Amino acid sequence: MVEIVNRPYAKAFETFATARPDILCLSADLTSSCEVDGFRDRHPDQFLSLGMAEQNMLSFAGGLAMQGFRPFLHTFSVFLYRRPYDQLINSIAYSNRQVRLMGFLPGITTPGGITHQAIEDISVMRAIPNMTILECGDATEVETVLEVADSIDGPVYARVLRGEVPRLFSTPFEFNKLRTLSEGDDVLVVTSGVCTEEALRAAEPLKARGIGVHHLHVSTLKPFDREGLIKAARGKKGVVTLENHTINGGLGSLVAEILAEEGLGIKLRRLGLQDTFAHGASKPYLMKKYGLDASALVSAIGQLLGKDLDIGDAELEAVRIDTVHSAQKAEAL
Amino acid sequence: MNLSNQQSTEDVAAGIRKRVFLHTMRNNGGYLSQACSAAESLAFLYNEALTLGEPTLPKVPLPFGGVPSATNPDAFTGAGYHGPFAPEFDRLIISPAHYALVIYSALIQVGRMDEHALDHFNVDGGSVEMIGAEHSPGMEVTTGSLAQGLSMAAGIAWARKRKGEPGKVWVYMSDGEFQEGQTWECLAAMAYHGIDNVRVIVDVNRQQCDGAMSSVLDLGDLAARVASFGVTCRSIDGHDLGAMRAAADSAEPGKPLIILANTSPYQGMEFLKKRFPRLHYVRFKSADERREMQTAIAAELGVDEAEIARA
Repeated sequence: MVEIVNRPYAKAFETFATARPDILCLSADLTSSCEVDGFRDRHPDQFLSLGMAEQNMLSFAGGLAMQGFRPFLHTFSVFLYRRPYDQLINSIAYSNRQVRLMGFLPGITTPGGITHQAIEDISVMRAIPNMTILECGDATEVETVLEVADSIDGPVYARVLRGEVPRLFSTPFEFNKLRTLSEGDDVLVVTSGVCTEEALRAAEPLKARGIGVHHLHVSTLKPFDREGLIKAARGKKGVVTLENHTINGGLGSLVAEILAEEGLGIKLRRLGLQDTFAHGASKPYLMKKYGLDASALVSAIGQLLGKDLDIGDAELEAVRIDTVHSAQKAEAL
Repeated sequence: MNLSNQQSTEDVAAGIRKRVFLHTMRNNGGYLSQACSAAESLAFLYNEALTLGEPTLPKVPLPFGGVPSATNPDAFTGAGYHGPFAPEFDRLIISPAHYALVIYSALIQVGRMDEHALDHFNVDGGSVEMIGAEHSPGMEVTTGSLAQGLSMAAGIAWARKRKGEPGKVWVYMSDGEFQEGQTWECLAAMAYHGIDNVRVIVDVNRQQCDGAMSSVLDLGDLAARVASFGVTCRSIDGHDLGAMRAAADSAEPGKPLIILANTSPYQGMEFLKKRFPRLHYVRFKSADERREMQTAIAAELGVDEAEIARA
């Protein structure tokens, strides 16, 4: 069975930040919700509480960065770009400030509904010059995203997972490099964030039916490992993207842009929120309802290949994530 | 180090008004009223209050160096006209970027920019933009979207305090920015964190783009509102340099200092009163109107009209 890691960010941030005195932890009243409450209590000198005032927090962080500090901002993903978008542009992005926006509860991983669900954040951030976009897909990436974010000369937005997070990968977050989780000849599946774990549920049932799946996990959305995608896409009968985000402007869109620019002429199915807002409910319920789950992936692959794959929910619910580790080893070779 | 303490601050203020007036007449329009309200405040800052090093950028403004990015080593900011970044030196954040013409005129008047630097004003490909950008002379950050300058200054000031730097962070802002919620977020944050190395001068001219603030969104007793946030607030006549000096010296430990400089949008150019309340940007509807204003204001400022023609 897959290892479940409890609050990986809390420990990783404390280890990371205490070794680097120029790092500051900024928070906007969601300190424990972003797992930095322990850090606040044990390292108050590196912690700045700015309250429910995100516009001020973003501009303030721009000023800190000008003076050589490296502020890591902690709040829910949605509060980092919707209300303070103008501040993000003018106080941070234009001047290419080294401000790190650590966004928690991305997409439909929160039951908070429209007000709390960042479903178009990647689309918005992709449109901003100078911006780097990272997304964690497992506990290992949560533990190692901090060094990657800190290495970037410019602003960084990272989608972070909190609470109980599965460990899918045995190698650290590697900047701008696609992870190959399986290799196969029929379809290319490209996933990010929590959708990668979901796609892995479909791996065995698809394999059992003789479908060759080449599965790529994306943890750097901007810039993007274009060559890695092109190489994997060539010769496939179809491509499916699966993301915890609207299909407009995120992973599906950027894959579409690259396929079109390369003239590959491969059919593409974009799975994710189909140009709709979601609502407040549990993550499994929402992933099922909006077609972000393994079942939706299997349907899309069946459609692309013109086959009825006859894979039922019971088969998909049997989690067989232990097989991932062998795929990881293959990649490591 | 002041470059220009051979001039009196009154002379600097008069020079700012004259330069903005000449430029506005020569270019058929400009931010003239902002020179009326801001001249004493900016003269005080550049001629007395600020501790700045020698400029690090050439006196003749450079062309635009491209937008900042990880791959553009040529990008620069207008902070170079305020001198180098060093622990002992002050910084000045100009929040209302549309005061750019007045700022440029002040930099020229105190010798930080070339006498003819305004020839580069609003010229395509140049850095002396009409609305100051962060590469424009005197602009240290991007502030044209109002009310962000104070928050950035607060971040700079917190960092400088943490590093033990004696230099202050001065902010020049406009009263219209107190309509933005971010300004109040920042006052609360500065008070809570005891950011006491910030000095703010606010041009309280009670004007905004649509006209008088009282007809747009009046802010009532601004001094009381600001003070109630737990910061030090001094409300003065913004054309009284003695009052400004006293206010600037009255900072309290643990609190930022906010000086509300109550000003007249036609101070020194009473003729502009005829245009009240549309003073945000002065342009001319006819040649007659232009001639009438030119003669009247030239007389008020003691400018020889022939000087205007020598563009």
